[in-house]
This record gives sequence, structure tokens and C-alpha cells, in this order.
Amino acid sequence: MIINHPLLGPRDASEFTYLGDASLIDRPDWQDENAADAFYEYGYLRDNPAGKHQELWFHEAGDRSWLVVTRDTTTHEIFKVELARDVARARGRSK
Amino acid sequence: MHDLVAITALSGAEPRVDAVGGVTCTEYPGVAIASVAARLGQEAAARKALSNLIGAPAPDVGQLAGETVKAFWASPDQWMIEAPFGTHEDIADQVKAAVGGTASVTEQTDGWTRFDLKGEHIPAVLELMCMLDLRKIDSGSASRCAIHHIGCFVLCRSPELFSIYGPRSSAGSLHHAIITAMRSAL
Repeated sequence: MIINHPLLGPRDASEFTYLGDASLIDRPDWQDENAADAFYEYGYLRDNPAGKHQELWFHEAGDRSWLVVTRDTTTHEIFKVELARDVARARGRSK
Repeated sequence: MHDLVAITALSGAEPRVDAVGGVTCTEYPGVAIASVAARLGQEAAARKALSNLIGAPAPDVGQLAGETVKAFWASPDQWMIEAPFGTHEDIADQVKAAVGGTASVTEQTDGWTRFDLKGEHIPAVLELMCMLDLRKIDSGSASRCAIHHIGCFVLCRSPELFSIYGPRSSAGSLHHAIITAMRSAL
């Protein structure tokens, strides 16, 4: 599998490590009233779609950036690769 | 006073030199290294300060730039700085003085070991070791990649001179990988 790194171009998947669902970016506010429930869901509950899936990959043997890869879990087709920080900022995170 | 003898990463009193079929692999201890990471919101200022330090625009993705003090791209808004050890032993302090509050600086000199490959047909050696697209690499390219599972930087100074930076604690393994590839390819 080839991951088309947004900065470095096509790189072999063996250079990357996989973390999991990109919903990990949406960390709940720990000061919120429902923080305990929100963290339970954040920590343990995941969708497990057969198909298009946004996931976090780490370019360990490269520039060590975190990427959000949109991939079809049934065909391994990759639709989009973005820097995780750009995705996080687009979702309103400051860092 | 202690009377300590400096040794290289491969434990020699002198840098190791290996020559195979027209390519020379030289251990290169005479380099001081620091890393620079721009602070959040200070990226443009850090790039400008870095540019003043190296006497060239701060290197973009996958690039190496500079005169005596050189910088190469490591990651978004992060660079590695290299300079001659003799004049820049305190490189982290020198870089910190240049970038001020715009970036965080970390001393890296003792973390890395450097091997220089000199000669023709270096790509034939590199293509056995790493997965870089060597046809896209020319003078001034700097890329991070894995060589025998060791995270390294490969710098192309000219088509006949490449530098490989790897973790100092893996110097022996990296040297073995390079020499094995040279013997196979050349």
C-alpha cells in the first residue's frame, strides 16, 4: 500500500505506523459536566465501518508527522491524505 | 584532571574509512548538530531567524541549505542544523541566540553519527538500503528514511557526495548496512 504523503509524496506503508480511528482528534473537554461519559465514549466506543474510514497514521520512518488517511477498509483504496494538524485546526482545535 | 581520549562512534581513535569499487565511506565525527522547532504562531519569525543564521532561505520540504552553518528540513516547521564541530561545539547556544523566543532548540551532537559517501554510483548503493525515490534526489536534497530499520537522514550534497546521519547508538549496525550494500552494489 502506498500512502501519498501531502508533503513528501508517495511513500510505502511500511514507513508508517497505524494508530486508529481519527475520531481520537476529537478529545472531549475534561471540564465539561458530562466529561466522564464523554471520555468513556472517546476511549472505548468506535464505529467499525466496512468502507470509507478516517484513520490516524504516523510517518515513523519519515518526517514523523501524524496524518489523517481516508481509506476504504474493504479495498484499501486511499481517497485522501491530510496532515492531522490541519484536520484538527479545521475542527476548531488551537494546536 | 582526567586524561580522557576521544573516540569515534565506531570506537576508533581515527575515523573509519572504507573504500569499495570507487565509493568511499568515511565516518565523520567533526560535526555539531542541533534541532530547531518553531513555536506555535512563530513559524514565520523562526524561518526568518533561521535564514539569517544560515545565510540562505530556510530550507523547504526535503531541502538542505546554508554555508558554514547548514540547515535541513526534518518535519513541518522543524529543522536540523549542522556546522563544523571545531568552531561550533556550543551549537545549541549559538542557534538559540539566533532564533530567540521564536523556536525551541535541542542539542543533538552526541545523538547522531555521520557517514559520508563519496564517489560515483552512490545511488546504486543507496537503492539497496532505503526506499527513497533516488531519481528525484539531487544536490541539496535531504530526506529521512529507514535504513535496515534505523531512522536516518540522507543528504545529497552533490551527486558524488552524500551524507547519512543515523543514531550514534546504532553506528555499528548502520556502518555494517552501508558496507554490505557497497560490497553488493559496486
